[in-house]
Amino acid sequence: MEAIKFDPEICNQCETVDCLMKCQYIEFTDVAEAKTEKLKINAGEHSRVLDECLTCYACQEYCPYDNNPFYLLVERQEQLGLLPAPTPIVTEQLKMMGPKGKIQKEAVTPPVVNMCAFPMLTGSVRGKLFEGASVIVGTDIFCNIMWLHFAKNSTIKERVPKMIDNIMDYYLRDSGVDEMVCFHDECYGTYTNLAPAFGIEVPFKSIHLFDYINDRLDELADRITPLNVKVAYQRPCSNRLIPETDPVLDEILEKIGAERVPRTYDRENALCCGGVPRAHQRDDLADELVEKNINDMLDVGAAYCIFNCPFCMATLGQEVAENGIMPILISDLVQMALGE
Amino acid sequence: MKHEEILHRCFRCGYCKLPSNYTDINCPAYQAFRFETYSPGGRMWLLRGWLNGEITNSKRFAEIMFSCTACGNCVEQCAFPKFRDLLLEVFTAGREAFLDAGHVPGPVRDYLTKIQLHGNPYGKPGKKRPEWAADLGVEPYADQEYLFFVDDVGAYDTRGQEIARSVAGILQQAGISFGMLSGEEVSDGNDVLAIGETPLFEELARKNIEVFNQKGVKKIITLSPHSLNAIKNHYPALGGSYQAMHYTQLLAFSMGNMSLQEDGPNHRITFHDPCYLGRHNWDYQSPRMLLKGLPGASVVEMDRNQKNAFCCGGGGGNFFTDLVSAEEDSPSRVRVREAAETGADYLAVACPMCAVMLEDAAKVEGLENRLQVKEVTEIVAEYMVGA
Amino acid sequence: MKELIDRLKKIVGDRFVSEAPEERYIYSMDMGTMPASAPDLVVMPASTEEVSKIMEAANAHQVPVTPMGGGLVLSGLTRALKGGMILDMKRMNRITEVNPKSRYAVVEGGTSQGMLQAYLKKNHPELKHSVPDAPPIATLAGNVCIHGSGHLSVLGGYHSDMLTGMEVVLPTGEVIRTGSCSVSSDWFGKAPLPDLSGLFMGWAGTTGVVTRLGIKLFPSYRYNDLLIFVCDDAEDMPDVISRLTSTQVAEDMTPWMTPIPEWARGFMHINIAYGAHSKAELTFKRNLLQMSVKAYKDKKTGGFLPMPPPQKNRYMKIPTPDLVRFADVRKGGGFEYVGAIMAIEHFAEAYRAGVEIAEKNEVSYSMGARIVGAGHSMMFFYAYAFNRADQADMARAQKALEETNAATLEMGGIPWKAELPAQQQIIEKMAPDTFALMNRIREALDPNHIMNPGNWERA
Repeated sequence: MEAIKFDPEICNQCETVDCLMKCQYIEFTDVAEAKTEKLKINAGEHSRVLDECLTCYACQEYCPYDNNPFYLLVERQEQLGLLPAPTPIVTEQLKMMGPKGKIQKEAVTPPVVNMCAFPMLTGSVRGKLFEGASVIVGTDIFCNIMWLHFAKNSTIKERVPKMIDNIMDYYLRDSGVDEMVCFHDECYGTYTNLAPAFGIEVPFKSIHLFDYINDRLDELADRITPLNVKVAYQRPCSNRLIPETDPVLDEILEKIGAERVPRTYDRENALCCGGVPRAHQRDDLADELVEKNINDMLDVGAAYCIFNCPFCMATLGQEVAENGIMPILISDLVQMALGE
Repeated sequence: MKHEEILHRCFRCGYCKLPSNYTDINCPAYQAFRFETYSPGGRMWLLRGWLNGEITNSKRFAEIMFSCTACGNCVEQCAFPKFRDLLLEVFTAGREAFLDAGHVPGPVRDYLTKIQLHGNPYGKPGKKRPEWAADLGVEPYADQEYLFFVDDVGAYDTRGQEIARSVAGILQQAGISFGMLSGEEVSDGNDVLAIGETPLFEELARKNIEVFNQKGVKKIITLSPHSLNAIKNHYPALGGSYQAMHYTQLLAFSMGNMSLQEDGPNHRITFHDPCYLGRHNWDYQSPRMLLKGLPGASVVEMDRNQKNAFCCGGGGGNFFTDLVSAEEDSPSRVRVREAAETGADYLAVACPMCAVMLEDAAKVEGLENRLQVKEVTEIVAEYMVGA
Repeated sequence: MKELIDRLKKIVGDRFVSEAPEERYIYSMDMGTMPASAPDLVVMPASTEEVSKIMEAANAHQVPVTPMGGGLVLSGLTRALKGGMILDMKRMNRITEVNPKSRYAVVEGGTSQGMLQAYLKKNHPELKHSVPDAPPIATLAGNVCIHGSGHLSVLGGYHSDMLTGMEVVLPTGEVIRTGSCSVSSDWFGKAPLPDLSGLFMGWAGTTGVVTRLGIKLFPSYRYNDLLIFVCDDAEDMPDVISRLTSTQVAEDMTPWMTPIPEWARGFMHINIAYGAHSKAELTFKRNLLQMSVKAYKDKKTGGFLPMPPPQKNRYMKIPTPDLVRFADVRKGGGFEYVGAIMAIEHFAEAYRAGVEIAEKNEVSYSMGARIVGAGHSMMFFYAYAFNRADQADMARAQKALEETNAATLEMGGIPWKAELPAQQQIIEKMAPDTFALMNRIREALDPNHIMNPGNWERA
């Protein structure tokens, strides 16, 4: 019985093997080779894919059957002891991002914004866009999805239910609130895609930041001054888990007068920011990814690079800025259009 | 003693002696005396030793305590974020304890006595306060938008009066609606508070608050950053809440109302941040906005600028008590030498105490031909049409 | 004493001599655990000439003299063990020469690290000097004289290795020079003359007062970066260090091991700093460093932390304020450390000893090392924090320090800037003829035994 929701029969019947054939980082001679490797993975055998995988989550989006190819891949990596990163680095990160047990009960009022484990970004929740919002933050409510990059599904299975309990017990339940806005794709992806795939129950409703902003923009329509700028979007890996939210960004940008210039590395062809490969000790690859991303943005004449992931922004932000493009969170760009 | 629980946490690492760029000694008392005892860390350890009974009060200890100008460099630079915000407060508490025990240097005693008796450290009658305005035609305050509050130096010192007149003149030209008091007011009390004589400060503050409230004052422009600090940060707790600002903060946004020459004189100006506008109240920009808006002028920075500005040595009552003058090591002399090094011909100031301290120092250093100390509005006036 | 004080006032001016209880109190202590020992007075000279006259006066009156720079040594070497006068050198803080073509600077005996750093940044941005992690008011002379190390030590060795010459006032008042400056007007180095600077370095101020010194400057890079290597087995560390240093591209290598924050406990980190004149060169150097420890990456037993630029910047500040902040760990404004200079192969042993001693004595600790040269030795440090308002806490730290000194000596290491008890332990282990020679030299230089007496003496 697989811990991950997955039907091997679907893969047996699959003729396109999109999960591997569309992969931007691993080469296959033909579909037949890809299929062979996929079946090895499914069977729990070693495949070179398990060693070469960048952990970019894209195959979750590529699979037309929602058969969770990436979650399964990570499962196999852990089962076979194929860790992509050195053990001390993973162990230290596990400790660093572990729950501290310092969480306190707090009354919250909607909209409740979940800032995950990034207290340095709570300043972005301000102004009319987030009027009346309560912010919840801390490693005690950390979504824990990052362990997918480190072949630690076991940690996810162990910690995510606890995080959900914490959110309910310390914040939502007593305040009678049953939904929260996820500021980042990671959290939204965790609670709406990963949790069901891992068989974890989620008692609250998650609202994606894009949906929240999109609705607010309608309510604040008379306060919008179009920006008339070209923006490059650095689509984060977690958005691959929830691709239905991507078109919402188009709506947002149209409303604020920002053009999402057609970069080579956007939408289905988005490229990793390079952050995780460094943890995997693949600095050459990381350098290449950064260069490709930046050149791509420069080619399309973007004035801004919009981010929705704190790690992407930390990884690429300085490089982007040094090349004359302004790095900015999507919410901050929207607030520029709102004059706040 | 208040805050005594932080005394033992000082590591005497000495970050407090320097600015953030380490260019030179940045604590005025340490600069003047150079013994470890006169640095903030020295005072911390001495106070602790005193409370422990390891050392007793003495004339020198009192001098060490009262030579602090409360400039705030130590608060800015201390390496320990958990208690550095209390440094000036603990030194004030130490001085308070010394005052209670009667261990006060003579000049400090004189300073406080004069203020106690006359409401100002010059010992002059209060009714002479408005004399600075002479024939300027500044109306008494009666419902104008702002009250222009002039401190003791601006009211009674010759150079201070010149500056008060210059500022009032520019406020008039900028079309600001303001009035002045007629001598019912007393010293703002800022430096009395810093010295630790809290009851006297409260007395002064209450007197001023009574006058302000009686006249229905809502907004106050201060000449001196010391007044700004007292009125803005300490009067509210005593029942006096006003919108207080320094004149440079108001004028920074009024430049559009003034007719400046298209191409004015080519002065090279360097600005000396006053401690009570800069470090204590976080405004490093307003005076610079004024100066940088003058066509033909160029603004150059000293190595120690903004949060790193080196105090002129006038704070903590030292303008009157003169405890930090130390020949060529006096803070004011060091500062004018630093200003001269920038190649500037104007050293711009925005505080009457800084003006007098630095001007005297420039004379002693023989710099009057190379470097003139000018208050900001005096410089602005040179750039006005019809100057 | 009154006669001496009058004489001193005539030399330096009334303002710069003090026998007041306040100065005697503050100057009797440093910030470590050594007990207070008060001087009779404090004197602050402004020139070599003044220092020379002061030494003559001190000899005439047979009054001990203790030279002091920043007073940040933490092991009590600037206390006046036998009373007398403390010579606070910090008024002599000028930078007298910077020679960019032969890359050296000449500074006075009280010039601080911070002021030289600032001066070079402004006037010679293409040059920098090796900065120790002490607070910026620490003096160059003091640090060189105790064989300090710092941010360029992998490149250039100990700071004593970076010395190019000295001007020293002998205990009897003569002013001498060591190195090239004794013959030429250039201060380029100790070679090829008999190296007399050795008479003054490591002697805890018992052989003279340094009034001027020349130090090497190094090229400053436009691009700088930091790698942090992590592993969890101390036994691996000598090999890792050996491999990393074999690339000869790092400027600074500092392992650190600390139990706080909790996530760091049990991990060995190495901060590796390097710089380059171009981005391509920077990447090249990074790759060299990473390739050198590929074996650990392959075994998955070690690797480099992914560090986004905002996080890196904090670790790249020179000097780092983190070290000083350790003093507030017990909310008590105190820490002291044993820095044992030793051969690198003792790393694991040194680490284990530290954990054992700290846990046994229940002290807050932090450990680390500075790698010196191309992996030639390391300064392994054990820092123990204490609350100076709590005598028992201070006693625990003191005990931990004593045990650490003993343990490191056992391993063949030698505590640097050794405090009094450690000095005596070193003497016990020292070859007798070596110690006898030290005494003969001191006798020759300081016949009246006035230079910082009490140090380097048998118990």
